[in-house]
Amino acid sequence: MATSSNDSPALLDIAEVSKSFGSVEVLRSVSLKVAKGEVVTVIGPSGSGKTTLLRCVNFLESYDSGSIRIDGKEVGFRDGGARQRRSERDLASMRAETGMVFQSFNLFPHLTAAGNIMLGLTKVRGKSNSEARSIAEHWLGRVGLAHKADSLPAELSGGQQQRVGIARAVAMEPKILLLDEITSALDPELVGEVLAVVRSLAEDGMTMVMVTHEMAFARDASSRIVFMADGGVSAVGPPKEVLAVETTNERLRTFLARFRASHF
Amino acid sequence: MLSQIAYALPFLAEGFALTLWVSLLVVVLSLIAGVILGVGLVYGPAPLRWAVRIFSDTIRGIPILVLIFFVYYGLPAVGVHLQSFWAAVLALTLFKTAQVVEYLRGAVASIPKGQSEAAMAIGLTFRQRLAYVIFPQAFRRFLPPWINGVTDAVKGSALVSLLGITDLMQAINQVIGRTYEAMPLYILGALLYFAVNYALSLASRRLEQRFAFIRE
Repeated sequence: MATSSNDSPALLDIAEVSKSFGSVEVLRSVSLKVAKGEVVTVIGPSGSGKTTLLRCVNFLESYDSGSIRIDGKEVGFRDGGARQRRSERDLASMRAETGMVFQSFNLFPHLTAAGNIMLGLTKVRGKSNSEARSIAEHWLGRVGLAHKADSLPAELSGGQQQRVGIARAVAMEPKILLLDEITSALDPELVGEVLAVVRSLAEDGMTMVMVTHEMAFARDASSRIVFMADGGVSAVGPPKEVLAVETTNERLRTFLARFRASHF
Repeated sequence: MLSQIAYALPFLAEGFALTLWVSLLVVVLSLIAGVILGVGLVYGPAPLRWAVRIFSDTIRGIPILVLIFFVYYGLPAVGVHLQSFWAAVLALTLFKTAQVVEYLRGAVASIPKGQSEAAMAIGLTFRQRLAYVIFPQAFRRFLPPWINGVTDAVKGSALVSLLGITDLMQAINQVIGRTYEAMPLYILGALLYFAVNYALSLASRRLEQRFAFIRE
């Protein structure tokens, strides 16, 4: 399969997105389509623009040119081509359609595990407290933390915090879930419990774009892998093709060789 | 001697009440103005940030006594005539506002950027992010310096006696003028100021514990 998304309209459509920080070009005309239910993993050396790309998808970062559409709707700019930034209110409601899980968890330390999940449900989705609470409890159950609903983040381990972070994102029922190196800040023995949650979400058909250094996980859980280098998409395809040892892509081969040397 | 002081007690009580009233006005008004300007300093457009920056740096660079005289004796030159009471309240409020701006800026700046981003990512608007994510956390860091500032305001309010306002300080001086009993009256005054400020610091410690995020 070259792409699965040419016939059906893409859920996420990134088209020729470029972005510079001063004189440094961090994204060079990046295009990527993600169909509903796909799990796309972005790999690449640090500084290749993976995280920046992910942050553009929910407009935590703006970009200089190109377009990013979710369900056909431009994310950060008003429809009509004038590249006018959306209003604060519009941006907020667009962002509610994408979930994001962060490398450093970013749980709200003054709220309990359930409170972290309930905040968006009550303030953005307009649900009542009791409704939000039962949704929070449902998702905490899904990530194996039903008994931690009333714990504060500081009382949880890193792996538990990140599972709350995932629950907080998916409880909003986003159209697409963005995972930004979500296991990089974890002790090795805690990585597994977090990846297990991601895997079960993938099995449920959640559309996901993730940046990760967990190659084995990327190989097993992804529908496609995108290899980024120097701000551009250098290779894209099913895991077997992209991670093949005999790849002809020089950059990719160097990256994988270095990776294998340090991880296996 | 003691009977003379006892005779003066209602008069002293009135002065004490005025001290508390001035302090309360200054603390409340400067809190409101300081938080509004502080948010402007952190999140506002560049011209507003510059204006608040200049206001805060200027005010904090002037001795409070100069500020009080400036407002009372200086402003009439440009046609603004304030009663001594309101001139004193305005001067003290300006002074405290500049401090509150700095406390707020420092408290908000200490919240990691990831908190705003996580709040954005779940779709909260700017106001919601401030109300439910940033301020509740910043509050805990704002509180200790602010309470310190409140006790400063109570102590600093004694300066209004220099405009002839009969606050606790002025009342004490007047009673001493009649009785020549300086020592007992100054001790009484010191005790009253101390009692207020000590109660405030106890309350602040309670509040800080109440808002600590890690349960003991």
